[in-house]
Amino acid sequence: MSEATGTARVKRGMAEMLKGGVIMDVVNADQAKIAEDAGACAVMALERVPADIRAQGGVARMSDPDMIEKIQAAVSIPVMAKVRIGHFVEAQIIQSLGVDYIDESEVLTPTDYENHVDKWKFTVPFVCGATNLGEALRRINEGAAMIRSKGEAGTGDVSNAMTHMRKIGGEIRRLSSMREDELYVAAKEMQAPFALVQEVAQTGKLPVVLFTAGGIATPADAALMMQMGADGVFIGSGIFKSGNPAQRAAACVKATTFFDDPKVLAEVSRGLGDAMVGINVSDIPAPHRLAERGW
Amino acid sequence: MKIGVLALQGDFREHIEASQACGHKAVAIRREVELNDLDALILPGGESTTIALLARNYNLIEPIRSKISSGLPVYGSCAGMILLADRLVGGVEKQETFGGLDITVKRNAFGRQVDSFEEEIDFAGRRVNGVFIRAPWVEQVGSEVEILATVNSHAVAVRQGSILATSFHPELTGDLSVHTYFFDEICR
Repeated sequence: MSEATGTARVKRGMAEMLKGGVIMDVVNADQAKIAEDAGACAVMALERVPADIRAQGGVARMSDPDMIEKIQAAVSIPVMAKVRIGHFVEAQIIQSLGVDYIDESEVLTPTDYENHVDKWKFTVPFVCGATNLGEALRRINEGAAMIRSKGEAGTGDVSNAMTHMRKIGGEIRRLSSMREDELYVAAKEMQAPFALVQEVAQTGKLPVVLFTAGGIATPADAALMMQMGADGVFIGSGIFKSGNPAQRAAACVKATTFFDDPKVLAEVSRGLGDAMVGINVSDIPAPHRLAERGW
Repeated sequence: MKIGVLALQGDFREHIEASQACGHKAVAIRREVELNDLDALILPGGESTTIALLARNYNLIEPIRSKISSGLPVYGSCAGMILLADRLVGGVEKQETFGGLDITVKRNAFGRQVDSFEEEIDFAGRRVNGVFIRAPWVEQVGSEVEILATVNSHAVAVRQGSILATSFHPELTGDLSVHTYFFDEICR
């Protein structure tokens, strides 16, 4: 039998290898090296971290291929890159660069306000954001091989990530407790394909790896998300917008591994210097909240 | 038997489940004291750089090395193979391994994620579904090392005494053949 590339198993399996790890946003090769040396299990290459996108405004698009390739050359760990929601040509371009994972991300300005990318058409796997179980299952139905709860990117405020993890976990637990004949209406209500709803009800978990993202800024935030059932953590602005990125990055990696050990968490939380200043999600007018992008 | 699975990062949960499905007790290992009383150790898939760094930070390198050299049966898949290799090509600067297996491993040898693949392969007389994810291969083996599987003439499964390593991930497939081989033919 010959080799099969781009199968659901190798796409989802790639995400399995990232579990228990931290994926860090980086904007250049130097930051990528710092992330790798700190123990990041992957890096997300992008031109502006979410905090800057938020501060500077304007249309946020995929990164320059030159910049992505410099980061690929600088590190041996997997490199991810973002495309705009629904922008399948940006996805084609990023795939051709040999990037290891594509994030179809609400942090960039959406391209299509109805449809997401048909991710089955690609060899490269995709991760997508979700605020609830229905949204997660719609993305998986479109071919996403990994889900991250959205949180509110670029804020340093972990409250929305918490809300989304509670929501996704709660909806999974609710499905698990339902009678088989109630799942049809559950699927209708959460606007998700019945087969996936049934699978979640039977297994009690998503069929793909679930990471968390958005507003995570400290080792304690990372450990909180792991205790809430995340398989791993994305940290965007939280590292390189802080006072001492290398030390904070290493601390967050350790906190993600030893998420249930308060002694280790205390040790890695000491002397980290300033965390990113941050914005309270409640101070951001609703139309400017990134988590609400995605359909 | 009591199987320890190194649980610093990666797909350790799948190895724990596979070990349990074979009828063994399996525990996650994050600290030195947890290495005591094990009948075998499994090093999972994941990012070898991350796992090596965390192992160094938490003083696990020497204890695991001494367990391996004292003959504790150990199995590593993918990143686990890298961590068992005495010599490494394509690692990051100063990347440490536990070592013990007299092989040279090439990291990410089959390419990036877009090149990841699955393929039926022969493993020690069994037909298994090999799932290769940014997988390494074995460039060169020492005289004591037996090659158990190959893909395009690259060694992807090797054994030396009580040490087994595969560059693919049987823990992701639900097929217990490789785990059974490890428990029944190496650990006994």
